[in-house]
Amino acid sequence: MATQEDQKALLKKWFICWTLAEIRSGLHLTLLQLVRPSVTLRFPKEQTPRSRRYRGALALRRYPNGEERCIACKLCEAVCPALAITIEAAPSASGQRQTTRFDIDAFKCVHCGLCEEACPVDSIVLTREVHYHFDRRGDNILTKEALLATGDRYEAQLAQDRDDEEDYR
Amino acid sequence: MNALLLELWPLIWIVFKVICIVAPLLLVVAYLTLAERKVIGYIQRRLGPNRVGILGILQPIADGLKLLFKEWVIPTKSSKFLFIIAPILSLVPALLMWAVVPFTQEWVLANIDAGVLFILSMASLGVYGILLAGWASNSKYAFFGAMRACAQMISYEIAMGFALIGVLMVSGSMNLKTIVMHQAGGVSHWFVWPLFPMFMVYWISAIAETNRAPFDVAEGESEIVAGFHVEYSGMGFALFFLAEYANMIIVSALAVLMFFGGWLSPFEGFKLFSGAAVPGIIWFVLKVFLFLFSYLWFRATLPRYRYDQIMRLGWKILIPIAIGWIVIIGAMIQFNWIEV
Ligand code: SF4
Ligand code: SF4
Repeated sequence: MATQEDQKALLKKWFICWTLAEIRSGLHLTLLQLVRPSVTLRFPKEQTPRSRRYRGALALRRYPNGEERCIACKLCEAVCPALAITIEAAPSASGQRQTTRFDIDAFKCVHCGLCEEACPVDSIVLTREVHYHFDRRGDNILTKEALLATGDRYEAQLAQDRDDEEDYR
Repeated sequence: MNALLLELWPLIWIVFKVICIVAPLLLVVAYLTLAERKVIGYIQRRLGPNRVGILGILQPIADGLKLLFKEWVIPTKSSKFLFIIAPILSLVPALLMWAVVPFTQEWVLANIDAGVLFILSMASLGVYGILLAGWASNSKYAFFGAMRACAQMISYEIAMGFALIGVLMVSGSMNLKTIVMHQAGGVSHWFVWPLFPMFMVYWISAIAETNRAPFDVAEGESEIVAGFHVEYSGMGFALFFLAEYANMIIVSALAVLMFFGGWLSPFEGFKLFSGAAVPGIIWFVLKVFLFLFSYLWFRATLPRYRYDQIMRLGWKILIPIAIGWIVIIGAMIQFNWIEV
């Protein structure tokens, strides 16, 4: 015996089925999407915004007077979970501790950012840059010169980001 | 010499008219592919092709050139003659149907009395191209696709034919021009109103007939790769592509002629704007484009039907509705509820 509720439900089902209600609501939805603006970015011209804390390419910074920040304390080497950093140090001409070798294997690096956190003098940093590549085998070992060059290139941005983040550090 | 030219003149004139129909048609086909990618792109909040030319306007030409220069691979174990003839066999009927389509009152290549019959028979011929393509490729996916396409097209042809019978009953003619002239007098006189269920049946089976989403099991990219044309490359593939889109256009044109008053303005009989100033061909093209848009819209909205669901829809729902409504139309004509 079909109860009255059952009959009502059946009627409703029939109504939905024969008026194509579901298909019509689907079509309505897609038509709405048609007139909405697209979310695609025209990539080389436009890029997604990246955070100030974005962990992109590695770089070594300098002081404004051009002196290297790094004091060869090797804290970054110690903290690196991927063992990507290799540092050798010797006294510089002015008698300061300075690195003679500062290699980061970009293939080992997992961009965790721990080195940046460990560094007492803000020397090693991760820039926002994500568009970089290596042409030859061996280029994946980022030397001190390469890292400093990257740092020089993005210094303005890096300094700005660190100023903006001051309150949270 | 002059006498010969005079004798050949009608032939030359006809060839000229054929070119006048086919050239714009192929252009529309080419740009329909772009429109499809654009519309579906926008519905998915993407941009669609926009690199070739402004807004991707040259994309169809680039695609055409690409397909033209690609190798037409013919499988070793295929039946070569049929393999080559199949795409031609599917494109030619799609173009032939345009012979009887009246674009305006004057513009019609062959104003034959059995126009509807001609179109229906040409539409059924198209299935041979697909069937032969699937069989001649000697590939299981192609064969599956062909079998599905055949079953589907044959079933839906019946529903489509029945739906058109309603129109024939009301207009009392098989001549497309007469059918359109019967709908003169503005929107309210169009056949879509008394024959609305017939129109729904026609349009659903037309989509199935052209193997388009949501009835595209014959192609079924995600299950049988590309169905009947999986083994085709280069120009062979391009011909199938052209045939599919040409079929879409003719089926839309037929819907416009049968149910939406062809080239007639929808505002006939209105005082403020009768639409008579706009040439009939514009109304016709506009209406056809509306239907073509709905094709793309459905494709972007509906998921593919399962094969047995398609059969069920065709045989158990559309055909009974069509037959039932034929009886109702008969009664309505008998009791003079609709003028014939
Ligand atoms: S980002 Fe992480 S993995 Fe990469 S060098 Fe620094 S500490 Fe090592
Ligand atoms: S980069 Fe920073 S943490 Fe690493 S050795 Fe130099 S000063 Fe120490």
